[in-house]
Amino acid sequence: MSTETMPLAKAITAGLRAALDADDTVLLMGEDIGRLGGVFRVTDGLQKDFGEHRVVDTPLAESGIVGTAIGLAMRGYRPVCEIQFDGFVFPAYDQITTQLAKLHNRSGGRIQVPVVIRIPYGGGIGAVEHHSESPEALFAHTAGLRVVSPATPQDAYDMMRAAIASPDPVIFLEPKGRYWSKGEVDLEAPVPTIAADAGTPDPLGTARVARAGTDVTLVAYGPTVATALSAAEALAEEGTSAEVVDLRSVSPLDVPTVADSVRRTGRCVVVHEAPSFLGAGAELAARLAEECFYHLEAPVLRVGGFHAPYPVAKLEHEYLPSVDRVLDAVDRAMSH
Amino acid sequence: MPHQANAGSVGESADVTPLVQLVTPTGERVHEPDNAGDRPGYAARVAHLGADDLRAMYRDMVLTRRFDDEATALQRHGELALYAQSTGQEAAQVGPAHALAPQDMVFPSYREHGILHVRGVDPVDRLRLYRGQDHGGWDPAEHNVSLYTLVIGSHVLHATGYAMGVQRDGAVGTGDPARDTAVVACFGDGATSQGDVSEALVFAAVNDAPVVFWCQNNQWAISEPTTRQSSAPLYRRGEGFGVPGVRVDGNDVLACYAVMAEALERAHAGHGPTFVEAYTYRMGAHTTSDDPTRYRERAEEEYWRRRDPIERLAALLRAEGHWDEQWAADLAAEADALGESLRAGVRALGAPETTSMFDHVYATPHAQVTAEREWFETYESETGDAAEVAR
Repeated sequence: MSTETMPLAKAITAGLRAALDADDTVLLMGEDIGRLGGVFRVTDGLQKDFGEHRVVDTPLAESGIVGTAIGLAMRGYRPVCEIQFDGFVFPAYDQITTQLAKLHNRSGGRIQVPVVIRIPYGGGIGAVEHHSESPEALFAHTAGLRVVSPATPQDAYDMMRAAIASPDPVIFLEPKGRYWSKGEVDLEAPVPTIAADAGTPDPLGTARVARAGTDVTLVAYGPTVATALSAAEALAEEGTSAEVVDLRSVSPLDVPTVADSVRRTGRCVVVHEAPSFLGAGAELAARLAEECFYHLEAPVLRVGGFHAPYPVAKLEHEYLPSVDRVLDAVDRAMSH
Repeated sequence: MPHQANAGSVGESADVTPLVQLVTPTGERVHEPDNAGDRPGYAARVAHLGADDLRAMYRDMVLTRRFDDEATALQRHGELALYAQSTGQEAAQVGPAHALAPQDMVFPSYREHGILHVRGVDPVDRLRLYRGQDHGGWDPAEHNVSLYTLVIGSHVLHATGYAMGVQRDGAVGTGDPARDTAVVACFGDGATSQGDVSEALVFAAVNDAPVVFWCQNNQWAISEPTTRQSSAPLYRRGEGFGVPGVRVDGNDVLACYAVMAEALERAHAGHGPTFVEAYTYRMGAHTTSDDPTRYRERAEEEYWRRRDPIERLAALLRAEGHWDEQWAADLAAEADALGESLRAGVRALGAPETTSMFDHVYATPHAQVTAEREWFETYESETGDAAEVAR
């Protein structure tokens, strides 16, 4: 095993490089991803090594990027599209929801569209409007798409390779506020592949217990996993044992792993940057009420963004779920 | 820019834009020079077509019209949920389809029944979508025809991306007629207003992608005339993108063949995309749910009825001595047989399995779909009789 310490962004780069190396049909497409290496430098050096036909600087048109990626996939390629920022995915929303998500179904299984759409998402970086959003619920609500978000460099590396290998389209949400968080990455880990058998664990859809605990379950994914872990650390000092579940995937949603945890702890707080209203936390709260009703000691609580446009940078730390807001929610859950 | 051949007035609403025409509405050949600069003229591109070729085109147009009439009747009898007619556009579909190489890929909109006919897509399969039995209906790889796409203009980007894949496969500019591949995106006048069509022109142009943008201007986007879509002639739409454009008489099957042949030649050779405006007329309604009497004049419909593309080719066949009464009678019998088999085939399509709504949502197992399918199967087995009655 050869492990290296690297930031999450570089683990994604390594995942892209490994996929480009392993399969000639893999292409990267996006705005400024070639000579510039992307505005976050995630594709740094890849055009130099793999050429302009495999690492493609596209016109500035998101619907065009995704629409042509669909056509390339129909011809046998595996395009990985970079959308420069979360708020810029909407010109492509039509192609993603009406075409990319549905072509496999429309064709009775005859067409596969293995397209990955990389979206740096989430806030906390002091950006201008449209650069800090969390649109995962909009995609998870559409059947035909997988929607995932890694929280660690190792997951970023493994999940990127699994997403590119997936025959289904994947919305790959990169927590840009955590791009520079470092961790160990085993670059020789095998590519996790999704088995055809529904009984086999799904490497792109299985949650992990990031920290074991007994009193309350904190559920998070992407950028809020670190927030939840910090909250768990603070709770431990107060004598409360919090378990942290990293969902990794919003679609599919690994309810069994969360439910197993909640049956043991009896309490659950879901943390995400996306607005709480009709978000992944709302779905989890409903599912836990159905599946763990007699184990719950308190209502499932949510800590998320507000039902307001993502605020100006000077206010974003009041908008985003903070450790303090998570602790406040845990206090409320524990008071039952 | 491809040159514009003989000018001719195609309708009361037509402007003075020259258009490529090789056969007049009364069935006379239009004579033009064999060469236009360093390229063959359009007439030269059809010079090799003999009596058998012209009859084959006529047959395909007649069978496409019959398919249209039968499908419309099937909708009226409640056998189809909806149907979108192609009547009046047979030349603009059969002509280009005859010019295609087998490996060329077509991305249709949803009324390219003539192209599907020429490509050999089973007539019953063409109606599965309209029966409400399937969202697609045929195997795109079997006939090199993609599926009908109902979101206007979306597939024009898919065609362009597919063409970018063709380039990466090295299947353009080899000079091998069995290898060089072009991609045809079919869309209408209404679709030209969609951003996706403009984005497709951008991507195709900057990549020199082997795409033919085949725009059938049938003059009506449901109730909106082309003047609500564009204040400039549509064949000029590509110019600003760097894509040459040409307007062809869409009711002249030979002109459509010639213009498509030229556009395919450019694409196959690696010289990039072409935008073609096939100027035609939607003689029928938008779909069986539409009522054109609310928005257009009978006189206009009558004007175009006298310019029926099938009648034009019949007149040419007669004028050139290729019309044969026995052949015509055999074709009429073939059209009757098509109608009969279509009626029987559509009626024989059963209802899809109820659980098929969970099929092919994903290519790999997805926990949500798996769980909901299991729930539904249990529910159906426990309440099976009631569900059966409800259906």
